[in-house]
Amino acid sequence: MIEELLPVPDEVTQEWWDATRESRLLLQKCNKCQHVQHYPRAMCVSCGEFDLAWISSSGNGAVDSYTVVHRAPHPDLETPYVIARIRLDDGPTLLSRIVDADEADLSCDARVSLAWQEIPDGYRLPVFRIDHQ
Amino acid sequence: MTAAAIVGVAESDLGVTGKSILTLQAQAITRALTDAGLSLSDVDGLATSGVSRFSATQVADYLGIQPAWSDSTFAGGSAYEMYVARAAQAIAAGQASVVVVSFASNQRSAKSRRLGGIVESHTPEAQFETPYGPLYPISYYAMAAQRYLHEYGATPADLAQVAVLAREWALMNPKAYRYGSEPLTVDEVLGSTMVSTPLTSADCCLVTDGGGAVVITSLERARDLRKDPIRILGYGEATTNTSMSQVPLLPTGARESGRRAFAAAGLTPSDVDVIELYDSFTITVLLSLEALGFCAPGEAASFVSSAQARLGGRQPLNTSGGGLSYCHPGQYGVLLLVEAVRQLRGEAGERQVDNPSIALAHGTGGILSTHATVILGVDR
Repeated sequence: MIEELLPVPDEVTQEWWDATRESRLLLQKCNKCQHVQHYPRAMCVSCGEFDLAWISSSGNGAVDSYTVVHRAPHPDLETPYVIARIRLDDGPTLLSRIVDADEADLSCDARVSLAWQEIPDGYRLPVFRIDHQ
Repeated sequence: MTAAAIVGVAESDLGVTGKSILTLQAQAITRALTDAGLSLSDVDGLATSGVSRFSATQVADYLGIQPAWSDSTFAGGSAYEMYVARAAQAIAAGQASVVVVSFASNQRSAKSRRLGGIVESHTPEAQFETPYGPLYPISYYAMAAQRYLHEYGATPADLAQVAVLAREWALMNPKAYRYGSEPLTVDEVLGSTMVSTPLTSADCCLVTDGGGAVVITSLERARDLRKDPIRILGYGEATTNTSMSQVPLLPTGARESGRRAFAAAGLTPSDVDVIELYDSFTITVLLSLEALGFCAPGEAASFVSSAQARLGGRQPLNTSGGGLSYCHPGQYGVLLLVEAVRQLRGEAGERQVDNPSIALAHGTGGILSTHATVILGVDR
């Protein structure tokens, strides 16, 4: 992982990043309107309330879309790798990577499950694997 | 319909210039004023971006003018279509009488373009997206393309048709970066270096220097100037996202932007005689053609590969050669307006469309983040 790609948590997101150390993918749920959102924010995008709780994602979802990156934005990043938008069953969509996949297994709407990738500062990045049934 | 008109247009030097941003800005602005038969002392409004934190202020200072109205809204390549709207409003409100909209970049000469884009560490994207290493903006357009192919059963060859068409036009435009080169084939596009699937390097716009300017004033004053006025008939815009995860990939904000512009102009897509769409990537053109209503979802590739989009066709598309084959200085939006005006004036030389009355310019910024549509027409 490249130094300048590492996250810098703030007062809203620190708890989210801390949970990654225990391999928990947190989402925010509004105590007022029950809307579930990600990325974490100070307020609910559905009703505007500042009253949000953390819930754990099931880690299940589907590939909204993906791209195999062949030219890295940093010389130290090894290509190819797969960037994907994952639609979580919990509601939100997040940007992530699909790991351990053959290109032939990749497709939009394929089912995926949560996995974790270590990054140097002790946090972990949520990534996904294609489900093989 | 507004009571404002475009009265002057120009490009700066294009390609690989070895010149500074402000020199290119000054070239574009003074040439556009000459085209209009106006001078710097007539300018009391200025809209520009991409220079520095205080872009309009910086350019005004460099030109030695003190505008009564300025705008530096940052919306990537769509900002220039937005500026046309705001300029028309400023003129109608009496805040300014002659507005210059300009942009220039020396990104090719300065080697300032980066595959990962510019990351601002305090943004949510820096925490939740950048760590994964997406190319910015390419990977987002690549995911939009992948989703598009999936939903409509299209293929990378359908994307490639957009690059093939752009090259055809560029071979008729002496100012185009690819002028004097060879026609491009679908196989050549597919065989180019893969960047972020399904987009190859030939699906991506050029990286060049360049810039442009347009001069806007009231229709009343425009009728006394050197060239025939080009009327600003309608405009619309939409701002949708800055991160890669928060809105659906399809359709894009061009749908709302276009709907608003057509409603304001009292026109429909079939009224448009020449179409200038931001072609940051081949997929951008397919998405925008459909979102703007020029064809049904999934049918843009057949539009692009047909005679309709070509010289002599019913709706010629991206007649300068576009960002893919003419010039892409990082923010291409102002050059869409320059080409639309030249076509409506009948000044486009070998690539001149047959007597067009209505042109549409559609800018796109960021990662399909911002969209702005301007509909222009001859003053008959």
